Amino acid sequence: MTRHDLQKILSPIIAIIIVLALWEFWVWYMGWPTYKMAAPSDLWPAFWQYRELFAINAWQTLWRTVVGLGLAVVVGTILGMIMGLSRVLNDALYPLLVGFNAIPKATVVPVVALIFIGQHDFNTILVAFMISFFPISVSIAIGLSTLEPEYRDILRSLGASRLTVFWKIALPKTLPEFFGALKVAVTLAFIGTNLVEIVAPHGRGLGSLFDSGRIASNYPLMFAVLIALAVLGILLYYIVVALERIFAGWAERRPT
Amino acid sequence: MPYKVLKVRVTKLIEIKGVSHSYKTAAGPLPVLKDLSLSIAEGDFCAVVGPSGCGKSTLTRLIAGLMFPDSGEVLLHGEQVKSPRKSVGMAFQNPVLLEWRTILQNVILPLEIVAPRMPKEQKEERARALLAMVGLQGFEGKRPSELSGGMRQRASLCRSLVHKPDILILDEPFGALDAFTREDLWQLMHQLRIDEPFTALLITHDLRESVYLADQVVVLSGRPATTQFVLDIDVPGPRPIDMLYSMQAVEWLAQLRNQIEIAQGRGGEKDMTA
Ligand SMILES: Nc1ncnc2c1ncn2[C@@H]1O[C@H](COP(=O)(O)OP(=O)(O)O)[C@@H](O)[C@H]1O
Ligand SMILES: [Mg+2]
Repeated sequence: MTRHDLQKILSPIIAIIIVLALWEFWVWYMGWPTYKMAAPSDLWPAFWQYRELFAINAWQTLWRTVVGLGLAVVVGTILGMIMGLSRVLNDALYPLLVGFNAIPKATVVPVVALIFIGQHDFNTILVAFMISFFPISVSIAIGLSTLEPEYRDILRSLGASRLTVFWKIALPKTLPEFFGALKVAVTLAFIGTNLVEIVAPHGRGLGSLFDSGRIASNYPLMFAVLIALAVLGILLYYIVVALERIFAGWAERRPT
Repeated sequence: MPYKVLKVRVTKLIEIKGVSHSYKTAAGPLPVLKDLSLSIAEGDFCAVVGPSGCGKSTLTRLIAGLMFPDSGEVLLHGEQVKSPRKSVGMAFQNPVLLEWRTILQNVILPLEIVAPRMPKEQKEERARALLAMVGLQGFEGKRPSELSGGMRQRASLCRSLVHKPDILILDEPFGALDAFTREDLWQLMHQLRIDEPFTALLITHDLRESVYLADQVVVLSGRPATTQFVLDIDVPGPRPIDMLYSMQAVEWLAQLRNQIEIAQGRGGEKDMTA
């Protein structure tokens, strides 16, 4: 392991420790009781006490986020392809998509909950999907519509089909933008999932655990959930980063 | 072994007969080519020069079968071009190499379309041989961004030749290179004509380039483009670069210069000898 690698791992850990220390000091200094503001030292007991609930709910949140995001990738890619390959459909769909994206999703949650009463898993996935497909479709559409004609022509002039051109050139060329959008989308999908979990009655997942902490005025539990959410969010984000390295690593400027 | 310029051009590989073409634009049809004719014999190198925006790239797209003319005929081996064919190689000013592929994999790309069943080793062997020919041995595993502009253009030439096309279409491939690199590549083209014989149509802005490389220089008029002037360059290859400083070449260059001015509508008397 080089000095650089070591520094890459150590510096965020040190940053986290400093933040926790400041937080602990601050709560102690202000003399706040736990029902007003929990300190980091209160979180671990809360977490340990409810560890089984944490495991179950974290899994709920995780799989629904991933399914919602997966749906967003599929639908977003198809929409992006349609818009990127057809000028007319792009002009037709773009304002619709922008308008849809502009609606705050918090207002959509009760609507969705009303339409599909009791379908908690479905609702959660639907909101995670709705909130996250937009950046994906836009990135794909822009990637495809800005493809220089020469890139197309080197294969088209050999009689290659549109599909071959898409598969061999347009798609790989769009991957860096796609992963840029996916990093935004994964965070959005995660927010969508939690939104439904917190708002929906009898919900599941970390969001509902947070809500039960709120109802019971169990502040250490609430904060422990927030930390768990942060950890899960980081995990999801870095999974996308890892996928990006694998599939679009070529786009990274190598130090020369 | 020097190659000969055939005095009697027997086999016409490409014949363009009275081709006219317009683009449909928002402001109505834009006539780009008008009654344009030219022919290229097998093994010949034809350069096309003309004012910017006159329709040169459009002409290449018609020959490649990517577009079809409104009227007139584009014939290859005497047969009308009705669709793209596997026997075309194209290179552009922008080398359009794929960054996610190595140089070797970039050169192989056309074979994946044209000869999907060819064994991988055979494809690679062919690509390696070409890369060696253009002086890129040792760079097979590099990414395009790791190469200089001249090297990328060399790789792009290899890609356009890898499937042994009948016709090599070069749309200003040396236009973005610095003068010295450009001259290196000119000389490489002469070398390639020996090692890897091809028929070529070169679009260029550079009159010196056209005289040094071509057996036949065609000057197109301004838009809509028609054949304005044809010049035969009867100098056997490979030509030394100082061929450009011979009296004969200087005379040709002056003649072409004059024709370009006419094409731009700035010349003296309007000369329409086709
Ligand atoms: N797809 C197209 N639609 C409309 N106009 C076009 C299109 N392609 C080229 N043109 C126009 O046709 C003219 C000739 O283009 P082109 O053949 O690329 O010229 P050149 O290669 O000689 O510079 C230009 O004025 C260009 O703007
Ligand atoms: Mg052009």
